[in-house]
Amino acid sequence: MLAMNYRGPYRVRLDRNKPMPEILHPQDAIVRVTRACICGSDLHLYHGLVPDTRVGSTFGHEFVGIIEEVGPDVTKVKVGDQVLVPFNIACGECVFCKQEMYGNCHESNPEATAVGAIYGYSHTAGGYNGGQAEYVRVPYANVGPTVIPADMDPDDAVLLTDVVPTGYQAAEMGAIQPGDTVVVFGAGPVGIMAAKCAWLFGAGRVIVIDHLEYRLEFVRNYAQCEAYNFKSLEDPVLFIKKTTGWLGADVCIDAVGADASGNAMQSITGKKLLLQAGAATALHWAINAVKKGGVVSIVGVYGPTDNLVPIGNMMNKGITMRGNQTSVKRLLPRLIEHVQAGRLNPKGIITHRVPLEEVADAYHIFSAKLDECIKPVLIPSSARA
Amino acid sequence: METTPKDYSHIKGWGIDADPHNNPSYPIKHRTNGEHAGYVRPDLPQQPETVEVLHSNERPNLTAVFGTSAPPSGLSGMIRRLAFRYSENEYRHWLPLLLADRVNVVEGILDDLAHGHIPNIFAEKGGKADWKYNRAGAIRSIAVGALLTTGALVLLTRKSKAPRRSKTRSNARDKA
Ligand SMILES: NC(=O)c1ccc[n+]([C@@H]2O[C@H](COP(=O)([O-])OP(=O)(O)OC[C@H]3O[C@@H](n4cnc5c(N)ncnc54)[C@H](O)[C@@H]3O)[C@@H](O)[C@H]2O)c1
Ligand SMILES: [Zn+2]
Ligand SMILES: [Zn+2]
Repeated sequence: MLAMNYRGPYRVRLDRNKPMPEILHPQDAIVRVTRACICGSDLHLYHGLVPDTRVGSTFGHEFVGIIEEVGPDVTKVKVGDQVLVPFNIACGECVFCKQEMYGNCHESNPEATAVGAIYGYSHTAGGYNGGQAEYVRVPYANVGPTVIPADMDPDDAVLLTDVVPTGYQAAEMGAIQPGDTVVVFGAGPVGIMAAKCAWLFGAGRVIVIDHLEYRLEFVRNYAQCEAYNFKSLEDPVLFIKKTTGWLGADVCIDAVGADASGNAMQSITGKKLLLQAGAATALHWAINAVKKGGVVSIVGVYGPTDNLVPIGNMMNKGITMRGNQTSVKRLLPRLIEHVQAGRLNPKGIITHRVPLEEVADAYHIFSAKLDECIKPVLIPSSARA
Repeated sequence: METTPKDYSHIKGWGIDADPHNNPSYPIKHRTNGEHAGYVRPDLPQQPETVEVLHSNERPNLTAVFGTSAPPSGLSGMIRRLAFRYSENEYRHWLPLLLADRVNVVEGILDDLAHGHIPNIFAEKGGKADWKYNRAGAIRSIAVGALLTTGALVLLTRKSKAPRRSKTRSNARDKA
């Protein structure tokens, strides 16, 4: 089958002869992929920032498709069902899944206890092949795959596997109270969705910070919010202090993660020398821009070693810091309602539809932010007919 | 797990200010305190271990399911096995894994060559898209690339090739 194949930092290609996935566990299913996105999280792998990213693996954790085959213990979905598959692999039975922490399942990733299992996201996240391929193995098929409602556009469905729930959970973890000022760092798909969702929790003011003009322009329209370019602000933290009446934002959201730019020291130690697990520039700004007693919500992804952040300020200011991999399954029912009611329009952020065969170009376009790219979707030829 | 006494009457004021609403993980976690019992393997069938799987020493066993995408192999595999002797708390775990990833890239190129495939690094890096949407940058990197390749060729043609060949062969065997 056709599948994306990782060769090393900044190098991916299409593999034409990847062996078909097989049922390896009675609760497995095989899904024929009809759409698979590239995520900002994939860029951390693509840039070589995540330890134990092995050559030859296939990425892709945001996909929808059709159930092709099921193992003997699969009862909740059947062959032919059109499903969206949450990016977390979760057993539904462990102590964390039972508490709805599906992003923190303890029975799907042997390689790292700190990290849940994610499709196509290095061996640090379980060593699974991902969905940027024609077919993919889906473990625990009674738990993750969710039948796509008949009236739902597959382009909306594919964004419900990660981006929409992650933006939503970013806002939710911010514990936003009506009237709060919310600052979102990052105007990528996740930051855009976090800004949009902040209103659903009653935010009084939503401000997005990035340095890519086309994304700032996009988010202003899409999320009806303010947006500022940190390159034209001398000091983004000082700017936020001034614009919030000198006390800081009530809630700051880090929707950037390890690939942040904006601070040379962070970039060199984090992205060039790998002395820390990526550049923590946005998180640094978030901690310093939030008010005393405020909340910093982290959905930006960092590697497992460590990062340099002003933790002393967290203590002195009495900040609450929260973060997690999104528990997609927990949020899906509510988010499907929001999409069906027109409160959220996920597919509005898709800018590029690329044949799976051109996966290398798609990665480069999204990574280098070429052609005003916001969200690319890969479509296998078998799904284009 | 040590067994905790259920009677705290000997501790003056025990639990007097406990407040179940003071829960910063709400609503992410629907708290049951199931963890207080320690790790209990849920009643799930075990995926057979058909490939080598390294597991964190911060858990007693393999998980019921796991990925099989790229089992450890070659020199990078040896480094990964060493790394997994140490917990996720240790630099000795993560830094060797990053090193193994880089070694693995070289193994990947050797493996391609051993299979008669010369990797098209220009295409793998999205060169076509770069040419289309980032012409100036593309020209710059092609110029730099040409310089580096010429340099490398000059160096390589001045050295003997014999030891390099045997390395290629051993890598091909590992892949199979
Ligand atoms: N927690 C989760 O479950 C989860 C799920 C999906 C994605 N993520 C993470 O969310 C992050 C964003 O994902 P995305 O798809 O939007 O990625 P993206 O790369 O498209 O967007 C990141 C944006 O941040 C901007 N940026 C860089 N440095 C910045 C800075 N210092 N301040 C403000 N903005 C800055 C970039 O210009 C870019 O527009 C990534 O780290 C990704 O791994 C987390
Ligand atoms: Zn994602
Ligand atoms: Zn679980």
